[in-house]
Amino acid sequence: MHELSIIYSVVSTVTKAVADQGGGQVISVRLRVGALAGVERDSLLFGYDLATQGTPLAGSVLEIEDVPVRIYCSSCACEQTLVGVQSFRCPVCGRPSGDFRSGRELAIESVEIETPQSEQAPC
Amino acid sequence: METRVLELRRNVLNKNDELARNLRARFQQAELLVLNLVSSPGTGKTEFLKKTLTALREHGLRVAALVGDLETDNDAHRLMESGAPVRQITTHGCCHLDAGMIERHLEGWALEDLDILFIENVGNLVCPSNYDLGEAVRVALLSVTEGEDKPLKYPGIFNSADVAVITKMDIAEACEFDREVAEANIHEVRPGMTIFAVSAKRGVGMEEWLAFLLELQSPQSRYVMAIADAGRRAVIS
Ligand SMILES: Nc1nc2c(ncn2[C@@H]2O[C@H](COP(=O)(O)OP(=O)(O)OP(=O)(O)O)[C@@H](O)[C@H]2O)c(=O)[nH]1
Ligand SMILES: [Mg+2]
Ligand SMILES: [Zn+2]
Repeated sequence: MHELSIIYSVVSTVTKAVADQGGGQVISVRLRVGALAGVERDSLLFGYDLATQGTPLAGSVLEIEDVPVRIYCSSCACEQTLVGVQSFRCPVCGRPSGDFRSGRELAIESVEIETPQSEQAPC
Repeated sequence: METRVLELRRNVLNKNDELARNLRARFQQAELLVLNLVSSPGTGKTEFLKKTLTALREHGLRVAALVGDLETDNDAHRLMESGAPVRQITTHGCCHLDAGMIERHLEGWALEDLDILFIENVGNLVCPSNYDLGEAVRVALLSVTEGEDKPLKYPGIFNSADVAVITKMDIAEACEFDREVAEANIHEVRPGMTIFAVSAKRGVGMEEWLAFLLELQSPQSRYVMAIADAGRRAVIS
């Protein structure tokens, strides 16, 4: 299992991106994880709190968006969403398709950060 | 408290992906065909690769191998018996090879003086599927002792592969292995994938595999070019 090294990559990418934007406390990190990415949702969540300790991501929430596999079916001439990953057949006509349009994602979609209060003193 | 959202849209493994892209460009530049062999521990990658290296050398091809192993260099020594240059990548517990390891271990090798480079990945059916090594062709191996439903249990890796090889066919009968069922399962998770069935020990089925490699290696091979041009797993849509 390499979920921990995945989290470390997230930490380093997010830390740098936040610093580039002038810093701030990270509130949440949103990941897109494809059904074929080979990464366990629970292991990611389980390791996250520990692996982010002492980093700008400490205390932040990991949000995981599950991305299903989508294939293109040439008989139906459209994209179809699959319910599982055990069979790559068009759910409408049953023909197998090797034309994958999504499902391998392992990406950082967005980061929510708390911006430092503006310096203007209240009147 | 004010908050704002940074839209990053970046691959988690973007560093690996970038290194892999550079490697792929170098391999193409050197006209070097690179294959990445993945399977469970003990499927027979080393045995299969040793026979493959030996046979290709007899055909006059310049072949080499990188082999990943958690702790030992046993596999590297076995592969060296073929006479081909072999380098060991010790991962010290890391469950997969990454593009950085490949880059570091290629240092000093003149890639343009090679025809085919094989990479034996660490025995693992989950983690290697995420790590692009810059290879043109990913080969997933499955032995007759592992059960015909392995591809359904590990669809991610079989789906990410370009070619499947069923190994240890010499003991298929004793294992009551049903080749048709195994091939159907592979095609469930990767429709249309090319499948070879071999016994590296007995040399059965190796001719077809070698013919396939020779064909791939020819400069006209559209198949490899198509895969290489598309790159692997362009993840962010
Ligand atoms: N009967 C039979 N045994 C084989 C064959 N190929 C490999 N083996 C045996 O299977 C065992 C594992 O083979 P290896 O080639 O070391 O497998 P591997 O996939 O490289 O293993 P790891 O690198 O540890 O993941 C060894 O005992 C081999 O002798 C084959 O074609 N037939
Ligand atoms: Mg081995
Ligand atoms: Zn259809």
